[in-house]
Amino acid sequence: MFSFCVDPSILPQWQWFACYLTSGTHLAFYWAFLVVLALILLAAPAALLFGFGGALAARSRVPPVRWLGVGYISMVRGIPDIIFFLFVPIAMDQGIEYLVHHVRCPDWTEPIRQGTDFIVCPQAKVPLNDAARWVHDAYAFVLAVVAFAIVFGAFAANTLYGAMSAVPRAQIETGEAYGMTPRQTFRRILLPQMWIYALPGLSNLWMILIKATPLLFLLGIRDVVFWARELGGAKTAQFYAYPHPDWRVWYFLALLVVYLLVTWASEKVFERIMTRLNTGQATAGGERLRRTKAAA
Amino acid sequence: MKMTRRLILAGVAMVLAAGAASAQQVIRMGTEGAYPPFNYINDAGELAGFEIDLGNELCERAGLTCEWVINDWDTIIPNLVSGNYDTIMAGMSITEARAEVIAFTRNYKFSDPSGYMALAGTDASVIETGVIAAQSNTVQAGLVADGSATLIEFPTPDETISAVRNGEADAVLADSEFLTPFVDESDGELVFIGGEVTPGQGIGMGLRQSDTELRTTFDEAIAGMREDGSLNALLKQWFGEEVPTF
Repeated sequence: MFSFCVDPSILPQWQWFACYLTSGTHLAFYWAFLVVLALILLAAPAALLFGFGGALAARSRVPPVRWLGVGYISMVRGIPDIIFFLFVPIAMDQGIEYLVHHVRCPDWTEPIRQGTDFIVCPQAKVPLNDAARWVHDAYAFVLAVVAFAIVFGAFAANTLYGAMSAVPRAQIETGEAYGMTPRQTFRRILLPQMWIYALPGLSNLWMILIKATPLLFLLGIRDVVFWARELGGAKTAQFYAYPHPDWRVWYFLALLVVYLLVTWASEKVFERIMTRLNTGQATAGGERLRRTKAAA
Repeated sequence: MKMTRRLILAGVAMVLAAGAASAQQVIRMGTEGAYPPFNYINDAGELAGFEIDLGNELCERAGLTCEWVINDWDTIIPNLVSGNYDTIMAGMSITEARAEVIAFTRNYKFSDPSGYMALAGTDASVIETGVIAAQSNTVQAGLVADGSATLIEFPTPDETISAVRNGEADAVLADSEFLTPFVDESDGELVFIGGEVTPGQGIGMGLRQSDTELRTTFDEAIAGMREDGSLNALLKQWFGEEVPTF
Protein backbone atom coordinates (compact mmCIF):
# COMPACT_ATOMS: atom_id res chain seq x y z
CA MET A 1 0.00 0.00 0.00
CA PHE A 2 2.64 2.53 1.09
CA SER A 3 6.03 2.91 -0.54
CA PHE A 4 7.90 2.08 2.65
CA CYS A 5 6.26 -1.32 2.99
CA VAL A 6 8.88 -3.21 0.95
CA ASP A 7 10.64 -4.81 3.92
CA PRO A 8 8.33 -4.70 6.94
CA SER A 9 10.82 -6.39 9.29
CA ILE A 10 12.95 -3.23 9.64
CA LEU A 11 10.15 -0.68 10.03
CA PRO A 12 9.44 1.34 13.18
CA GLN A 13 6.28 0.36 14.95
CA TRP A 14 3.75 2.85 13.56
CA GLN A 15 4.86 2.26 9.99
CA TRP A 16 4.76 -1.49 10.54
CA PHE A 17 1.16 -1.21 11.66
CA ALA A 18 0.30 1.11 8.78
CA CYS A 19 1.59 -1.53 6.36
CA TYR A 20 0.12 -4.44 8.31
CA LEU A 21 -3.37 -2.97 8.46
CA THR A 22 -3.38 -2.25 4.72
CA SER A 23 -2.05 -5.65 3.58
CA GLY A 24 -4.02 -7.56 0.95
CA THR A 25 -5.64 -9.82 3.54
CA HIS A 26 -6.73 -6.83 5.61
CA LEU A 27 -8.31 -5.18 2.60
CA ALA A 28 -10.23 -8.43 2.07
CA PHE A 29 -11.23 -8.23 5.74
CA TYR A 30 -12.64 -4.70 5.28
CA TRP A 31 -14.41 -5.80 2.09
CA ALA A 32 -16.06 -8.59 4.11
CA PHE A 33 -17.78 -5.95 6.27
CA LEU A 34 -19.46 -4.57 3.15
CA VAL A 35 -20.48 -8.07 2.06
CA VAL A 36 -22.06 -8.75 5.45
CA LEU A 37 -23.84 -5.38 5.37
CA ALA A 38 -25.14 -6.05 1.88
CA LEU A 39 -26.39 -9.45 2.99
CA ILE A 40 -28.33 -7.95 5.90
CA LEU A 41 -29.83 -5.19 3.77
CA LEU A 42 -30.91 -7.65 1.05
CA ALA A 43 -31.98 -10.51 3.31
CA ALA A 44 -34.20 -8.35 5.55
CA PRO A 45 -36.68 -7.18 2.87
CA ALA A 46 -36.59 -10.63 1.24
CA ALA A 47 -37.40 -12.25 4.59
CA LEU A 48 -40.22 -9.76 5.11
CA LEU A 49 -41.62 -10.74 1.73
CA PHE A 50 -41.45 -14.46 2.60
CA GLY A 51 -42.99 -13.62 5.96
CA PHE A 52 -45.85 -11.68 4.41
CA GLY A 53 -46.57 -14.49 1.98
CA GLY A 54 -46.37 -17.06 4.75
CA ALA A 55 -48.71 -15.09 7.02
CA LEU A 56 -51.25 -14.56 4.23
CA ALA A 57 -51.13 -18.24 3.32
CA ALA A 58 -51.57 -19.26 6.96
CA ARG A 59 -54.68 -17.04 7.17
CA SER A 60 -56.17 -18.28 3.91
CA ARG A 61 -59.65 -19.83 3.84
CA VAL A 62 -58.54 -22.36 1.22
CA PRO A 63 -57.27 -25.39 3.19
CA PRO A 64 -54.33 -26.45 0.93
CA VAL A 65 -52.95 -22.90 0.91
CA ARG A 66 -53.39 -22.67 4.67
CA TRP A 67 -51.60 -25.99 5.19
CA LEU A 68 -48.75 -24.76 3.02
CA GLY A 69 -48.39 -21.57 5.09
CA VAL A 70 -48.67 -23.31 8.45
CA GLY A 71 -46.34 -26.07 7.28
CA TYR A 72 -43.69 -23.59 6.15
CA ILE A 73 -43.86 -21.62 9.40
CA SER A 74 -43.72 -24.58 11.76
CA MET A 75 -41.17 -26.57 9.78
CA VAL A 76 -38.59 -23.85 9.42
CA ARG A 77 -39.08 -22.62 12.96
CA GLY A 78 -38.68 -26.13 14.29
CA ILE A 79 -35.44 -27.05 12.53
CA PRO A 80 -32.10 -25.76 13.85
CA ASP A 81 -30.78 -22.86 11.73
CA ILE A 82 -27.40 -24.43 11.19
CA ILE A 83 -28.95 -27.54 9.60
CA PHE A 84 -31.07 -25.34 7.38
CA PHE A 85 -28.09 -23.27 6.29
CA LEU A 86 -26.18 -26.40 5.38
CA PHE A 87 -29.16 -27.99 3.66
CA VAL A 88 -30.88 -25.16 1.74
CA PRO A 89 -27.98 -23.92 -0.43
CA ILE A 90 -26.73 -27.42 -1.35
CA ALA A 91 -30.28 -28.60 -2.06
CA MET A 92 -31.10 -25.47 -4.08
CA ASP A 93 -27.83 -25.71 -6.00
CA GLN A 94 -28.39 -29.38 -6.84
CA GLY A 95 -32.05 -28.72 -7.66
CA ILE A 96 -31.16 -25.94 -10.12
CA GLU A 97 -28.40 -28.00 -11.71
CA TYR A 98 -30.76 -30.98 -11.98
CA LEU A 99 -33.31 -28.90 -13.91
CA VAL A 100 -30.72 -27.26 -16.15
CA HIS A 101 -29.24 -30.68 -16.83
CA HIS A 102 -32.55 -31.97 -18.17
CA VAL A 103 -32.97 -28.92 -20.40
CA ARG A 104 -29.45 -28.75 -21.81
CA CYS A 105 -28.36 -32.38 -21.89
CA PRO A 106 -31.40 -34.50 -22.81
CA ASP A 107 -29.13 -37.14 -24.39
CA TRP A 108 -26.95 -37.64 -21.31
CA THR A 109 -27.13 -41.33 -20.36
CA GLU A 110 -25.03 -41.57 -17.21
CA PRO A 111 -26.91 -41.41 -13.90
CA ILE A 112 -26.76 -38.12 -11.99
CA ARG A 113 -26.27 -39.85 -8.66
CA GLN A 114 -23.30 -42.23 -8.62
CA GLY A 115 -22.81 -43.37 -5.06
CA THR A 116 -22.26 -40.17 -3.11
CA ASP A 117 -21.30 -38.21 -6.23
CA PHE A 118 -23.68 -35.71 -7.80
CA ILE A 119 -22.82 -35.41 -11.48
CA VAL A 120 -24.52 -33.31 -14.12
CA CYS A 121 -23.20 -32.59 -17.60
CA PRO A 122 -20.60 -29.79 -17.79
CA GLN A 123 -23.07 -27.45 -19.54
CA ALA A 124 -25.49 -27.77 -16.63
CA LYS A 125 -23.12 -26.56 -13.95
CA VAL A 126 -24.42 -23.42 -12.26
CA PRO A 127 -22.36 -21.32 -12.54
CA LEU A 128 -20.31 -22.93 -15.29
CA ASN A 129 -16.84 -24.13 -14.34
CA ASP A 130 -15.23 -21.53 -16.57
CA ALA A 131 -17.31 -18.65 -15.24
CA ALA A 132 -15.36 -15.76 -13.74
CA ARG A 133 -14.61 -15.88 -10.05
CA TRP A 134 -17.00 -13.03 -9.26
CA VAL A 135 -19.85 -15.00 -10.86
CA HIS A 136 -19.18 -17.90 -8.49
CA ASP A 137 -18.99 -15.50 -5.56
CA ALA A 138 -22.19 -13.71 -6.58
CA TYR A 139 -23.99 -17.03 -6.99
CA ALA A 140 -22.93 -18.18 -3.52
CA PHE A 141 -24.05 -14.81 -2.16
CA VAL A 142 -27.49 -15.08 -3.77
CA LEU A 143 -27.93 -18.60 -2.38
CA ALA A 144 -27.01 -17.22 1.03
CA VAL A 145 -29.55 -14.40 0.77
CA VAL A 146 -32.26 -16.87 -0.20
CA ALA A 147 -31.33 -19.24 2.65
CA PHE A 148 -31.47 -16.38 5.15
CA ALA A 149 -34.76 -15.14 3.67
CA ILE A 150 -36.39 -18.57 3.97
CA VAL A 151 -35.31 -19.07 7.57
CA PHE A 152 -36.05 -15.56 8.82
CA GLY A 153 -39.18 -15.36 6.67
CA ALA A 154 -40.75 -18.15 8.73
CA PHE A 155 -40.20 -16.21 11.94
CA ALA A 156 -41.44 -13.00 10.32
CA ALA A 157 -44.52 -14.87 9.08
CA ASN A 158 -45.42 -15.89 12.61
CA THR A 159 -44.93 -12.31 13.85
CA LEU A 160 -47.04 -10.84 11.05
CA TYR A 161 -49.71 -13.51 11.52
CA GLY A 162 -49.99 -12.50 15.18
CA ALA A 163 -50.02 -8.80 14.28
CA MET A 164 -52.85 -9.30 11.78
CA SER A 165 -54.92 -11.01 14.43
CA ALA A 166 -54.15 -8.27 16.97
CA VAL A 167 -55.83 -5.43 15.04
CA PRO A 168 -59.10 -4.80 16.94
CA ARG A 169 -62.08 -6.45 15.28
CA ALA A 170 -64.11 -3.26 15.82
CA GLN A 171 -61.88 -1.40 13.38
CA ILE A 172 -62.59 -3.90 10.60
CA GLU A 173 -66.27 -4.01 11.51
CA THR A 174 -66.46 -0.25 11.02
CA GLY A 175 -64.97 -0.65 7.58
CA GLU A 176 -67.51 -3.32 6.76
CA ALA A 177 -70.31 -0.99 7.94
CA TYR A 178 -69.12 1.47 5.30
CA GLY A 179 -69.64 -1.22 2.69
CA MET A 180 -66.00 -2.20 2.09
CA THR A 181 -65.25 -5.66 0.71
CA PRO A 182 -62.93 -7.99 2.70
CA ARG A 183 -60.15 -7.11 0.28
CA GLN A 184 -60.69 -3.40 0.92
CA THR A 185 -60.81 -3.72 4.71
CA PHE A 186 -57.61 -5.75 4.54
CA ARG A 187 -55.79 -3.16 2.47
CA ARG A 188 -57.18 0.00 4.02
CA ILE A 189 -57.59 -0.94 7.68
CA LEU A 190 -55.78 -4.13 8.67
CA LEU A 191 -52.56 -3.61 6.72
CA PRO A 192 -51.77 -0.04 7.90
CA GLN A 193 -52.60 -0.86 11.52
CA MET A 194 -50.87 -4.20 11.93
CA TRP A 195 -47.31 -2.84 11.79
CA ILE A 196 -47.52 -1.36 15.26
CA TYR A 197 -48.15 -4.87 16.63
CA ALA A 198 -45.53 -6.46 14.40
CA LEU A 199 -42.71 -4.03 15.02
CA PRO A 200 -41.34 -5.35 18.34
CA GLY A 201 -41.16 -8.86 16.91
CA LEU A 202 -39.65 -7.66 13.64
CA SER A 203 -37.01 -5.58 15.40
CA ASN A 204 -36.04 -8.70 17.38
CA LEU A 205 -35.67 -10.59 14.12
CA TRP A 206 -33.53 -7.84 12.63
CA MET A 207 -31.16 -8.01 15.58
CA ILE A 208 -30.95 -11.80 15.36
CA LEU A 209 -30.34 -11.54 11.62
CA ILE A 210 -27.41 -9.19 12.21
CA LYS A 211 -25.93 -11.58 14.70
CA ALA A 212 -26.49 -14.62 12.50
CA THR A 213 -24.23 -13.38 9.69
CA PRO A 214 -21.18 -15.41 10.87
CA LEU A 215 -23.10 -18.44 9.59
CA LEU A 216 -22.13 -17.14 6.14
CA PHE A 217 -18.87 -19.04 6.28
CA LEU A 218 -20.80 -22.29 6.27
CA LEU A 219 -22.01 -21.24 2.82
CA GLY A 220 -18.48 -20.70 1.53
CA ILE A 221 -18.46 -16.92 1.86
CA ARG A 222 -15.47 -15.50 3.67
CA ASP A 223 -17.17 -13.27 6.21
CA VAL A 224 -15.75 -10.98 8.90
CA VAL A 225 -15.50 -13.70 11.54
CA PHE A 226 -13.56 -15.98 9.18
CA TRP A 227 -11.08 -13.18 8.47
CA ALA A 228 -10.81 -12.20 12.13
CA ARG A 229 -9.89 -15.79 12.97
CA GLU A 230 -7.57 -16.12 9.98
CA LEU A 231 -5.77 -12.79 10.50
CA GLY A 232 -5.67 -13.02 14.27
CA GLY A 233 -4.10 -16.48 14.39
CA ALA A 234 -0.39 -16.65 15.18
CA LYS A 235 1.75 -16.03 12.08
CA THR A 236 5.29 -17.37 11.69
CA ALA A 237 8.02 -15.35 10.01
CA GLN A 238 8.81 -18.18 7.59
CA PHE A 239 5.75 -17.62 5.41
CA TYR A 240 4.33 -14.24 6.36
CA ALA A 241 5.79 -10.76 6.01
CA TYR A 242 4.06 -9.63 9.19
CA PRO A 243 4.69 -12.28 11.84
CA HIS A 244 2.82 -11.85 15.10
CA PRO A 245 1.62 -13.97 18.05
CA ASP A 246 -2.02 -14.90 18.58
CA TRP A 247 -3.94 -11.63 18.22
CA ARG A 248 -7.41 -13.07 17.83
CA VAL A 249 -8.65 -11.39 21.01
CA TRP A 250 -8.01 -7.94 19.45
CA TYR A 251 -9.71 -8.84 16.20
CA PHE A 252 -12.74 -10.24 17.97
CA LEU A 253 -12.83 -7.17 20.22
CA ALA A 254 -13.00 -5.00 17.10
CA LEU A 255 -15.81 -7.17 15.75
CA LEU A 256 -17.65 -6.85 19.04
CA VAL A 257 -17.49 -3.06 18.84
CA VAL A 258 -18.68 -3.03 15.22
CA TYR A 259 -21.59 -5.36 15.91
CA LEU A 260 -22.58 -3.33 18.98
CA LEU A 261 -22.50 -0.12 16.95
CA VAL A 262 -24.70 -1.60 14.23
CA THR A 263 -27.26 -2.98 16.67
CA TRP A 264 -27.24 0.27 18.68
CA ALA A 265 -27.92 2.31 15.54
CA SER A 266 -30.72 -0.03 14.50
CA GLU A 267 -32.29 0.29 17.93
CA LYS A 268 -32.41 4.07 17.50
CA VAL A 269 -34.06 3.71 14.12
CA PHE A 270 -36.65 1.28 15.46
CA GLU A 271 -37.47 3.69 18.30
CA ARG A 272 -38.25 6.40 15.77
CA ILE A 273 -40.40 4.12 13.64
CA MET A 274 -42.27 3.04 16.76
CA THR A 275 -43.06 6.65 17.71
CA ARG A 276 -44.28 7.33 14.21
CA LEU A 277 -46.49 4.28 14.05
CA ASN A 278 -47.95 4.91 17.50
CA THR A 279 -49.08 8.42 16.62
CA GLY A 280 -52.87 8.61 16.51
CA GLN A 281 -53.35 4.92 17.36
CA ALA A 282 -55.90 3.69 19.86
CA THR A 283 -53.17 1.83 21.74
CA ALA A 284 -51.55 2.49 25.11
CA GLY A 285 -48.45 3.76 23.30
CA GLY A 286 -50.54 6.09 21.13
CA GLU A 287 -52.39 7.39 24.16
CA ARG A 288 -49.12 8.16 25.96
CA LEU A 289 -47.90 10.10 22.92
CA ARG A 290 -51.13 12.07 22.80
CA ARG A 291 -50.84 13.05 26.47
CA THR A 292 -47.21 14.18 26.26
CA LYS A 293 -48.13 16.27 23.25
CA ALA A 294 -51.16 17.77 25.00
CA ALA A 295 -49.07 18.57 28.09
CA ALA A 296 -46.37 20.29 26.09
CA MET B 1 -42.27 -4.19 -11.08
CA LYS B 2 -41.41 -3.86 -14.73
CA MET B 3 -37.81 -3.20 -13.79
CA THR B 4 -37.53 -6.41 -11.77
CA ARG B 5 -39.10 -8.42 -14.59
CA ARG B 6 -36.61 -7.01 -17.02
CA LEU B 7 -33.75 -7.82 -14.65
CA ILE B 8 -34.92 -11.40 -14.27
CA LEU B 9 -35.19 -11.77 -18.05
CA ALA B 10 -31.71 -10.34 -18.50
CA GLY B 11 -30.41 -12.79 -15.88
CA VAL B 12 -32.00 -15.77 -17.61
CA ALA B 13 -30.64 -14.64 -20.95
CA MET B 14 -27.17 -14.30 -19.46
CA VAL B 15 -27.22 -17.83 -18.01
CA LEU B 16 -28.34 -19.29 -21.35
CA ALA B 17 -25.77 -17.32 -23.32
CA ALA B 18 -23.01 -18.40 -20.96
CA GLY B 19 -24.00 -22.03 -21.51
CA ALA B 20 -23.76 -21.71 -25.26
CA ALA B 21 -20.34 -20.09 -25.12
CA SER B 22 -18.81 -22.77 -22.88
CA ALA B 23 -16.01 -24.36 -24.82
CA GLN B 24 -12.97 -25.07 -22.68
CA GLN B 25 -13.30 -27.00 -19.46
CA VAL B 26 -11.99 -25.38 -16.32
CA ILE B 27 -10.94 -27.60 -13.45
CA ARG B 28 -11.79 -26.09 -10.09
CA MET B 29 -9.34 -27.04 -7.37
CA GLY B 30 -10.46 -26.93 -3.76
CA THR B 31 -8.06 -26.13 -0.93
CA GLU B 32 -8.22 -24.92 2.67
CA GLY B 33 -5.91 -21.91 2.54
CA ALA B 34 -4.99 -22.17 6.21
CA TYR B 35 -2.19 -24.71 6.43
CA PRO B 36 1.27 -23.38 5.62
CA PRO B 37 3.49 -24.49 3.98
CA PHE B 38 0.99 -26.70 2.10
CA ASN B 39 -1.51 -23.98 1.30
CA TYR B 40 -2.16 -20.60 2.87
CA ILE B 41 -3.30 -17.07 2.13
CA ASN B 42 -0.26 -14.82 2.01
CA ASP B 43 -0.15 -11.18 3.11
CA ALA B 44 -1.20 -10.03 -0.34
CA GLY B 45 -4.41 -12.02 0.08
CA GLU B 46 -3.43 -14.61 -2.53
CA LEU B 47 -3.15 -18.36 -2.21
CA ALA B 48 0.41 -19.61 -1.85
CA GLY B 49 2.21 -22.74 -0.75
CA PHE B 50 3.61 -26.07 -1.92
CA GLU B 51 0.30 -27.40 -3.18
CA ILE B 52 -0.55 -24.21 -5.05
CA ASP B 53 2.78 -24.34 -6.93
CA LEU B 54 2.41 -28.07 -7.51
CA GLY B 55 -1.22 -27.84 -8.62
CA ASN B 56 -0.49 -25.07 -11.10
CA GLU B 57 2.43 -27.07 -12.55
CA LEU B 58 0.32 -30.25 -12.80
CA CYS B 59 -2.43 -28.38 -14.63
CA GLU B 60 0.06 -26.88 -17.04
CA ARG B 61 1.55 -30.28 -17.82
CA ALA B 62 -1.88 -31.81 -18.32
CA GLY B 63 -2.93 -28.88 -20.51
CA LEU B 64 -5.80 -27.94 -18.21
CA THR B 65 -7.05 -24.55 -17.11
CA CYS B 66 -7.34 -24.57 -13.36
CA GLU B 67 -8.82 -22.24 -10.82
CA TRP B 68 -8.44 -22.39 -7.05
CA VAL B 69 -11.35 -22.39 -4.63
CA ILE B 70 -11.03 -21.93 -0.89
CA ASN B 71 -13.33 -24.07 1.23
CA ASP B 72 -13.67 -24.78 4.92
CA TRP B 73 -11.86 -28.00 5.92
CA ASP B 74 -14.88 -29.58 7.59
CA THR B 75 -17.04 -29.39 4.45
CA ILE B 76 -14.25 -29.91 1.93
CA ILE B 77 -15.27 -33.51 1.01
CA PRO B 78 -19.09 -32.94 0.84
CA ASN B 79 -18.56 -29.98 -1.49
CA LEU B 80 -16.31 -32.08 -3.73
CA VAL B 81 -18.83 -34.90 -4.17
CA SER B 82 -21.62 -32.36 -4.67
CA GLY B 83 -19.65 -30.94 -7.61
CA ASN B 84 -18.76 -27.46 -6.35
CA TYR B 85 -15.15 -28.13 -7.34
CA ASP B 86 -13.32 -31.04 -8.94
CA THR B 87 -10.21 -31.76 -6.87
CA ILE B 88 -8.92 -31.36 -3.33
CA MET B 89 -5.31 -30.42 -2.66
CA ALA B 90 -5.23 -29.55 1.00
CA GLY B 91 -2.50 -31.59 2.66
CA MET B 92 -4.98 -34.45 2.80
CA SER B 93 -3.57 -37.80 3.88
CA ILE B 94 -4.75 -40.83 1.95
CA THR B 95 -6.65 -42.99 4.43
CA GLU B 96 -8.95 -45.95 4.02
CA ALA B 97 -11.89 -44.12 5.59
CA ARG B 98 -11.60 -41.26 3.09
CA ALA B 99 -11.00 -43.61 0.16
CA GLU B 100 -14.48 -45.04 0.73
CA VAL B 101 -16.01 -41.68 -0.20
CA ILE B 102 -13.56 -40.13 -2.65
CA ALA B 103 -10.76 -41.31 -4.92
CA PHE B 104 -7.10 -40.34 -4.54
CA THR B 105 -4.30 -39.92 -7.04
CA ARG B 106 -0.93 -41.46 -6.21
CA ASN B 107 0.76 -39.53 -3.43
CA TYR B 108 2.75 -36.40 -4.26
CA LYS B 109 4.35 -36.30 -0.84
CA PHE B 110 5.29 -39.01 1.64
CA SER B 111 3.40 -39.11 4.88
CA ASP B 112 4.58 -36.46 7.17
CA PRO B 113 5.92 -37.57 10.41
CA SER B 114 3.62 -36.07 13.03
CA GLY B 115 4.93 -34.71 16.30
CA TYR B 116 3.60 -33.83 19.71
CA MET B 117 4.24 -30.21 20.66
CA ALA B 118 3.79 -29.03 24.24
CA LEU B 119 4.87 -26.26 26.60
CA ALA B 120 8.43 -26.71 27.84
CA GLY B 121 8.60 -28.95 30.91
CA THR B 122 5.61 -31.10 29.95
CA ASP B 123 6.22 -34.78 30.69
CA ALA B 124 6.07 -37.13 27.70
CA SER B 125 3.56 -39.33 29.55
CA VAL B 126 0.74 -36.94 28.55
CA ILE B 127 0.82 -38.65 25.14
CA GLU B 128 -0.71 -41.72 26.82
CA THR B 129 -2.72 -40.15 29.63
CA GLY B 130 -3.20 -36.43 28.96
CA VAL B 131 -5.40 -34.21 26.82
CA ILE B 132 -4.25 -33.99 23.19
CA ALA B 133 -5.46 -31.34 20.73
CA ALA B 134 -5.85 -32.08 17.02
CA GLN B 135 -7.65 -30.58 14.06
CA SER B 136 -10.98 -32.31 13.48
CA ASN B 137 -11.30 -34.83 10.61
CA THR B 138 -7.54 -35.34 10.35
CA VAL B 139 -5.47 -38.51 10.55
CA GLN B 140 -3.98 -37.14 13.77
CA ALA B 141 -7.42 -36.80 15.35
CA GLY B 142 -8.13 -40.40 14.34
CA LEU B 143 -4.83 -41.54 15.85
CA VAL B 144 -5.50 -39.85 19.20
CA ALA B 145 -9.09 -41.12 19.27
CA ASP B 146 -7.83 -44.70 18.83
CA GLY B 147 -5.28 -44.28 21.63
CA SER B 148 -5.68 -43.88 25.37
CA ALA B 149 -5.31 -40.09 25.64
CA THR B 150 -8.28 -37.70 25.67
CA LEU B 151 -8.86 -35.98 22.33
CA ILE B 152 -10.10 -32.42 21.91
CA GLU B 153 -10.75 -31.33 18.36
CA PHE B 154 -10.62 -27.87 16.79
CA PRO B 155 -11.82 -26.77 13.37
CA THR B 156 -8.59 -24.94 12.45
CA PRO B 157 -4.88 -25.71 13.02
CA ASP B 158 -4.40 -22.30 14.69
CA GLU B 159 -6.77 -23.16 17.48
CA THR B 160 -4.90 -26.37 18.34
CA ILE B 161 -1.76 -24.31 18.97
CA SER B 162 -3.69 -21.82 21.11
CA ALA B 163 -5.16 -24.68 23.14
CA VAL B 164 -1.65 -25.77 24.10
CA ARG B 165 -0.52 -22.24 24.89
CA ASN B 166 -3.46 -21.54 27.19
CA GLY B 167 -3.29 -24.93 28.91
CA GLU B 168 -6.55 -26.31 27.56
CA ALA B 169 -4.62 -29.21 26.06
CA ASP B 170 -1.39 -30.83 27.28
CA ALA B 171 -0.03 -31.23 23.78
CA VAL B 172 -1.00 -30.92 20.14
CA LEU B 173 -0.52 -33.68 17.56
CA ALA B 174 0.00 -32.33 14.05
CA ASP B 175 2.37 -32.60 11.09
CA SER B 176 5.89 -31.89 12.30
CA GLU B 177 6.40 -29.62 9.28
CA PHE B 178 3.58 -27.41 10.45
CA LEU B 179 4.71 -27.35 14.09
CA THR B 180 8.43 -26.76 13.54
CA PRO B 181 8.18 -22.97 12.89
CA PHE B 182 6.17 -22.54 16.08
CA VAL B 183 8.83 -24.36 18.11
CA ASP B 184 11.65 -22.44 16.42
CA GLU B 185 10.10 -19.03 16.99
CA SER B 186 8.82 -19.56 20.54
CA ASP B 187 12.18 -18.92 22.30
CA GLY B 188 12.05 -22.28 24.06
CA GLU B 189 8.49 -21.90 25.29
CA LEU B 190 7.23 -24.71 23.02
CA VAL B 191 9.04 -28.01 22.52
CA PHE B 192 8.50 -31.36 20.83
CA ILE B 193 7.88 -34.22 23.27
CA GLY B 194 8.00 -37.96 22.67
CA GLY B 195 8.93 -39.40 19.30
CA GLU B 196 7.41 -38.93 15.90
CA VAL B 197 4.58 -41.02 14.50
CA THR B 198 3.65 -41.51 10.86
CA PRO B 199 -0.05 -41.91 10.15
CA GLY B 200 -1.59 -42.15 6.68
CA GLN B 201 -0.31 -43.42 3.34
CA GLY B 202 1.08 -40.20 1.98
CA ILE B 203 -0.60 -37.06 0.73
CA GLY B 204 -2.49 -37.09 -2.52
CA MET B 205 -5.07 -35.24 -4.55
CA GLY B 206 -8.69 -36.12 -3.83
CA LEU B 207 -11.25 -36.48 -6.65
CA ARG B 208 -14.77 -37.75 -7.11
CA GLN B 209 -14.81 -41.54 -7.53
CA SER B 210 -16.64 -41.21 -10.83
CA ASP B 211 -14.00 -38.86 -12.27
CA THR B 212 -11.68 -41.65 -13.42
CA GLU B 213 -10.48 -39.80 -16.50
CA LEU B 214 -9.35 -36.74 -14.58
CA ARG B 215 -7.69 -38.99 -12.04
CA THR B 216 -5.66 -40.73 -14.74
CA THR B 217 -4.63 -37.35 -16.15
CA PHE B 218 -3.35 -36.10 -12.80
CA ASP B 219 -1.76 -39.48 -11.96
CA GLU B 220 0.27 -39.24 -15.17
CA ALA B 221 1.25 -35.64 -14.48
CA ILE B 222 2.38 -36.53 -10.96
CA ALA B 223 4.34 -39.53 -12.29
CA GLY B 224 6.02 -37.20 -14.79
CA MET B 225 7.01 -34.74 -12.10
CA ARG B 226 8.31 -37.54 -9.90
CA GLU B 227 10.51 -38.86 -12.70
CA ASP B 228 12.12 -35.64 -13.89
CA GLY B 229 12.88 -34.49 -10.35
CA SER B 230 10.78 -31.35 -10.47
CA LEU B 231 8.55 -32.66 -7.68
CA ASN B 232 11.60 -33.22 -5.48
CA ALA B 233 12.79 -29.69 -6.20
CA LEU B 234 9.40 -28.28 -5.15
CA LEU B 235 9.40 -30.40 -2.00
CA LYS B 236 12.83 -29.14 -1.03
CA GLN B 237 11.88 -25.55 -1.77
CA TRP B 238 8.90 -25.65 0.60
CA PHE B 239 9.91 -28.18 3.25
CA GLY B 240 13.70 -27.88 3.44
CA GLU B 241 16.51 -30.22 2.49
CA GLU B 242 15.62 -33.05 4.89
CA VAL B 243 12.20 -33.78 3.43
CA PRO B 244 11.81 -37.39 2.18
CA THR B 245 11.96 -37.28 -1.64
CA PHE B 246 10.86 -39.63 -4.40
